[in-house]
Amino acid sequence: MTGHIQGSAAGGVAASAAVEISDLSKVFNHGKPNEVHALDGIGLSIETGSFVSLIGPSGCGKSTLLRLIGALTAPTDGTVLVNGKSADQARLDRDYGMAFQTSGLFGWRTVTQNIELPLQLMGWNKLDRKNRAAEMLELIKLPEFGDHYPHELSGGMQQRVAIGRALSFQPSLLLMDEPFGALDEMTREHMQTEVLDIWKKTGKTVVFVTHSIPEAVFLSNRVIVMSPRPGRIAADIEIDLGARTFDTRESQRFFELITQVREVLRFDEDSR
Amino acid sequence: MPTREETTRAVALLERKAATKRGTRRFVVFIVFLAVLALAYTGYKAFGEAVDDAQTEWAVVGRILPRTDDLTMPPIVDIITEFGEPPQRNSGKPLVAFIAEASLFTLREAALGFFLGMLLGLGFAIVMLRSRWLERGISPYLVASQTVPLVAIAPIIVIWGSKSMGWLPFDWQPWMSVSIIATYLTFFPIAMNGIKGFQSADPASMELMRSYAAGRRQTLIKLQFPAALPYLFTAFKLAATVSIVGAIVGEISGGVRGGLGRLILDYASRYTTGPSRLYASVIGAAVLGIIAVGLVTIVEYLVVSRRQQGRTVS
Ligand SMILES: Nc1ncnc2c1ncn2[C@@H]1O[C@H](COP(=O)(O)OP(=O)(O)OP(=O)(O)O)[C@@H](O)[C@H]1O
Ligand SMILES: [Mg+2]
Repeated sequence: MTGHIQGSAAGGVAASAAVEISDLSKVFNHGKPNEVHALDGIGLSIETGSFVSLIGPSGCGKSTLLRLIGALTAPTDGTVLVNGKSADQARLDRDYGMAFQTSGLFGWRTVTQNIELPLQLMGWNKLDRKNRAAEMLELIKLPEFGDHYPHELSGGMQQRVAIGRALSFQPSLLLMDEPFGALDEMTREHMQTEVLDIWKKTGKTVVFVTHSIPEAVFLSNRVIVMSPRPGRIAADIEIDLGARTFDTRESQRFFELITQVREVLRFDEDSR
Repeated sequence: MPTREETTRAVALLERKAATKRGTRRFVVFIVFLAVLALAYTGYKAFGEAVDDAQTEWAVVGRILPRTDDLTMPPIVDIITEFGEPPQRNSGKPLVAFIAEASLFTLREAALGFFLGMLLGLGFAIVMLRSRWLERGISPYLVASQTVPLVAIAPIIVIWGSKSMGWLPFDWQPWMSVSIIATYLTFFPIAMNGIKGFQSADPASMELMRSYAAGRRQTLIKLQFPAALPYLFTAFKLAATVSIVGAIVGEISGGVRGGLGRLILDYASRYTTGPSRLYASVIGAAVLGIIAVGLVTIVEYLVVSRRQQGRTVS
């Protein structure tokens, strides 16, 4: 078992965008007194194979944007294209793997059974499921915990299982909404390294929502900073840190980029 | 260093020991409770008899309180010994044998009623799950169905059952009509708890299923049904008791012989010649109810095993 998983690159179009968003708006409770303009005129193109983080103050529409990409909610206006298809078609084609703040593991299923859930739904046979689950356990570094139930694992381990489950059927796009939000700082940094490792091995496109500036900078090729009411893109920052090593977190460039993101967030705060 | 397997085995052993201990404690509590009940009964009876006989102002109390004489409240010893006596002079078997036979007959009716009620109840729950609109449309009628007095429907169902139903692949027996009466009571808690249980599935998990492009049926089987199990077993226990009640009432109002209902009716009509007999048969009915719930609990233990008790989706 090499634990190596082939990335399924999307489409045949050269330098194709995994996600193409144009003029996207989302209004909740339209026409009612509690109307909320969660997103307004968002335009964004996410390159295949990139790691993009969405960051911004609470309520600025990060989750909403992620849910629109994942076809969990419908746009009020504008379009979302995923691998050249509508988001809903991409959902039906099982292009998405999702992981959220709560691991959402099924407590009545063992770790292996949880990882096998999407495969089972997709009609894989038993042997293939077993092999893939073993591969995934290897990837998330929990090879001995296949027969455990979720409540027997720590929060970080549960989150890794959720990521394994999201990747088990090799979706081309991984959507994560504060997956490490409930973890302590130590576990969090460890998980970040793990996720980068998995990302490098699998070549997925990752859209990652976070509250933490260092986390966004450390993980991403690109950090999208959002501003609230209505949710807009305030800045789009390239992260040129190169290969992440143990020293990356202490490098000069790392701090510069963190400052750059922080400044956008603060300027945004001051200007309203 | 113990291997993983050894650890697992040790944990299993500990769990089993703990379960046995829990079982023992529960049994002791049950016995103590019975004893307290018997003591209260006897104590009240003694008190009532004392004030009845009293020539003082306490006699007033005796007139207000319900009767406590041997005809109304036979002594516990009498009730217990009654189980061993033949209920009629010329019947060879002791009363307990009659009660056991009748209980089995009633249990069969109740069991069939329970299973039909389970199918019907789950069916209603699954239909109501389709849309809020269907749920709002259907559930008031389900509630209304339970306010119709059983004694009114029971004879109707029994009369329906007495018509020849040649289209059935088997002969329709009168006891099956009683099962239908029990079904009428059992489907309700299962339908109501079923829909609530299905809806209790974590919304995030529902979205997860959606992201896998899982169909309605897959979502029901893989997520909503397992999530509903605690609700369903609560409903099954309720249904088990009402299935017994339904069968007994069904027998009585439908005039079906062979079961506990008929026995109770018989002994009630000849109460004055043997009050203990009626008490004994009522105790039999209670025991039958306990057995029915016990059976469901055993199934629950097997289905929702200890290890899955931390089953909250986190
Ligand atoms: N289902 C909904 N119904 C009504 N309003 C909603 C709904 N979901 C989100 N909103 C509103 O849309 C806005 C953006 O919410 P969203 O959850 O996307 O923010 P967020 O950036 O993810 O915040 P956080 O960092 O706190 O998770 C908020 O004002 C929120 O109240
Ligand atoms: Mg959010």
